[in-house]
Amino acid sequence: MSDETLTRERPTPEQIEDVVIRFAGDSGDGMQLAGTQFTASSALFGNDLATLPNFPAEIRAPQGTIGGVSSFQVHIADWDILTPGDSPDCLVAMNPAALKANLHDLVKGGLLIVNTDAFEERNFAKAGYDTNPLEDGSLDAYQVVGAPMEELTKEAVKGSGVTGRAVLRSKNFFALGLMSWIYTRPLDPVVEWITTKFGADSPLTKANESALKAGYNYGITIEALHHTYEIQPAKLPPGEYTNVVGNTATAWGLVAASEKASIPLFLGSYPITPASTILEELARHKNFGVKTLQAEDEIAGIGAAVGAAFTGRLAVTSTSGPGLALKSETLSLALIMELPLIVIDIQRGGPSTGLPTKVEQSDLLFAMYGRHGESPLPIVSTSSPSDAFDSAFEAARIAIKYMTPVILLTDGYIATSSEPWRLPDVDALPDISRPFASIEPGETFLPYLRDETTMSRPWAIPGQPGLEHRIGGLEKDATTGNVSYDPDNHETMTHVRARKIQGIANDIPEVEVYGEGANLLVLGWGSTYGAIRTAVNRVRKAGREVAHVHLRHLNPFPPNLGEVLAGFDTILIPEINTGQLSHLIRAEYLLPTVGYNRVQGLPIKARDIETKIHEILDGEVTE
Amino acid sequence: MTDTARYERSDFQTDQEVRWCPGCGDYTILASVQMFLASLDIDREKHVFVSGIGCSSRFPYYMNTYGMHTVHGRAPAIATGVATANPDLTVWVITGDGDGLSIGGNHLIHALRRNVNLNIILFNNQIYGLTKGQYSPTSEVGKTTKTSPMGSIDRPFNPVSLAIGSEASFVARTIDMDRNHTIEMLSAMHENVGAGFLEIYQNCNVFNDKAFLDLTGKETRDQNRIWLQHGEPIIFGENDEYGVQVDAAGARIVEVAEVGRHNLHVHDAFAPNPSAAFALSRISQGPYGPTPLGVFRDVSSPDYGHMLERQVAAAQEQRGSGDLAKLIRSRGTWTVDA
Ligand code: SF4
Repeated sequence: MSDETLTRERPTPEQIEDVVIRFAGDSGDGMQLAGTQFTASSALFGNDLATLPNFPAEIRAPQGTIGGVSSFQVHIADWDILTPGDSPDCLVAMNPAALKANLHDLVKGGLLIVNTDAFEERNFAKAGYDTNPLEDGSLDAYQVVGAPMEELTKEAVKGSGVTGRAVLRSKNFFALGLMSWIYTRPLDPVVEWITTKFGADSPLTKANESALKAGYNYGITIEALHHTYEIQPAKLPPGEYTNVVGNTATAWGLVAASEKASIPLFLGSYPITPASTILEELARHKNFGVKTLQAEDEIAGIGAAVGAAFTGRLAVTSTSGPGLALKSETLSLALIMELPLIVIDIQRGGPSTGLPTKVEQSDLLFAMYGRHGESPLPIVSTSSPSDAFDSAFEAARIAIKYMTPVILLTDGYIATSSEPWRLPDVDALPDISRPFASIEPGETFLPYLRDETTMSRPWAIPGQPGLEHRIGGLEKDATTGNVSYDPDNHETMTHVRARKIQGIANDIPEVEVYGEGANLLVLGWGSTYGAIRTAVNRVRKAGREVAHVHLRHLNPFPPNLGEVLAGFDTILIPEINTGQLSHLIRAEYLLPTVGYNRVQGLPIKARDIETKIHEILDGEVTE
Repeated sequence: MTDTARYERSDFQTDQEVRWCPGCGDYTILASVQMFLASLDIDREKHVFVSGIGCSSRFPYYMNTYGMHTVHGRAPAIATGVATANPDLTVWVITGDGDGLSIGGNHLIHALRRNVNLNIILFNNQIYGLTKGQYSPTSEVGKTTKTSPMGSIDRPFNPVSLAIGSEASFVARTIDMDRNHTIEMLSAMHENVGAGFLEIYQNCNVFNDKAFLDLTGKETRDQNRIWLQHGEPIIFGENDEYGVQVDAAGARIVEVAEVGRHNLHVHDAFAPNPSAAFALSRISQGPYGPTPLGVFRDVSSPDYGHMLERQVAAAQEQRGSGDLAKLIRSRGTWTVDA
């Protein structure tokens, strides 16, 4: 291939405000990589964006089958968007199964890019097609652009040094090149990434770069693609941005908290999807004084964290639902010992192994109640990938200040998706440090003597003379902290522990209502934020009134929440579960709620919430 | 204890009433540990005792040091966090046969494998005491208890074999009532760098009295105690009439008169290869008949906490101390102008 073709004049691209693109292929086709790279160059170009990776639990699910399809959806825009989009405008299908699994989502008239080489007899059967969909007229409603991606990739990588079956691995770069042409994306950032990843002299660098350029040039050459698009940089609030994935932001939030608390970070964790990347990310940052321990199991993960907390570290354990179940007993220990600890639960579809790579918000009640005994804990939630930084920081602030474990709930969607994040001024982040206990000579140290305002006990760490003390799982005397089986004392301590957590309500921001003059409130928590806010905005644009409140703190609730809720006729709660926040709200405030609940392992769509809001406003839904 | 010692035993005692049954072997062990700690030139506040659940696990409440009485079986994991977060501390794990070998078996072997700088003391009384007398993972086959009315059909663990199999840096065995030997073992374990494991045969006089009679009874003990001494041929018996030989088939007891003293196995506690130590641990399957006591294995090696500390230092040297502002920009940025 010559570079000459690249400089040929391209048609003036049509300017569009936003586009939703889905890359879909077999799980071995490298669609996550193609999508991520398309996203990265769009981010550097200055678009606003949101992504939604969706992949099977199996690393290599049966090739060519529906079950083995992996996809990556990205929404790019020249305005401030909040979701990865409900329906793709453009679908890249690398094989018949990918087409079959995703076509129903593509908007009518949408652009469909197919790898024609994969559309052959044996693949139709695997995907459940009787006839060739490219020929039977079933795609007439779409603009179909076919490209023999395998043939052209083979041709392109000749001479790179990559041979045999490995050649076809580069076809995702062909697809990426073609998409870069259609949507006027620069190739340079991708080439740069390839070179850094594989090394300047590697045959793989040559092969992937050639495939990328071949895809781009294919766009230039074929007539079917005289139409291209361009999305201008988004008019986001001024500032410096990066494109951040949720789990990365969570990890960085913890590093920031460790700095602002002036104590080293310690993570005890066991690999589990979709939480492992937090462990991986933090393992890379030892130069921040971060220590990570890959434990023998989930229980040891939290156990090591509890041990580290006792020594005065910012202790964290990260997991997903099944792991949280295993940690439950030790979490109660940390609770009664009153040690600061952050437990991150990246919620996924359950029960049991459930849908390990998919999103669900179904651990809220487990976080709230999933411990033996009377064991209240603060719960903080995350509403988007970039919000994960702030919510992790907030979890650490509460843990340290109140000497308590805190559960941080994020989910599989936030964990793996990305969005632009306006970088904070790290120097302006608040100081969340708290002095360790100290003692004057002659004084007796009482480990459970509480601070009057926070009700928090002192944090005395090994190595300090005069503060030697024992803590443990047995009930403690309210004054001395010694083991006590006294009935009245146990009752006192049960209430003290509950009041301490309840008191945190005075130390968190009040909820703010978005949208005035409404009788209908949409109340949400976690990753439904983008979909709810988008739906609410659309309904308001259509001239109807609806408000939105999104909760970060789920236990305790913000102090004004009850009052705010009482001001609305109807409270709609969309959740990716069967109504867990509804349950808590009803129990706490004795108010009726309307649920919108989906449990498909997918984010709730803005469009569906919008429809629900209209139905309620039309009087079609009653509690 | 020398005159120059900084501490006395009482410095390590707490005001908490000790609540073990009268006559329990735990009392002697507590005294031995307190006496040993008083003899050390280590600040009292540097010691951390971590225990799980069970009779023995009450131990930290009686030690005037930092301590944590935690969750059943999890003490090695929690102590791993303590020793890894702060490798300057001297961390002790107090566990029992149920706590350490049954519910917490996984944590025990991984703490040993990972070579965390812990001193793990396993009180083996071959019974569940705190729950009032069910058979444990070290109870002998055939043991009749409330949960094994027709006799236990569980094959027991040999804790020393398990620890050597996990390649612990230090593995030893002693008996509760032998204070001097216990202190000697504590001292050797403390000297060793890495994961240390000390099994103490501990008499539970309420639910499993005289379980160790072969090794403690006046009539039997001299013919059954095999004292392991580094660099010495292994000889035992009232008149040193027995010895031990080790070859590829394992360790076996021989009569000295038959094989000659010079053909006995010379114990090498410092051998990096754990095979001979393992063979010695198989001489008895419990405290029955001739049973080795003493240090089986003593091979110091870099411990996990310090190795991790070195990685942190290396990362800081190579990349400089962490810069948060740089970190959040590490994936590329763009600027939106006002
Ligand atoms: S039950 Fe046995 S082990 Fe427990 S305290 Fe009593 S004698 Fe000691």
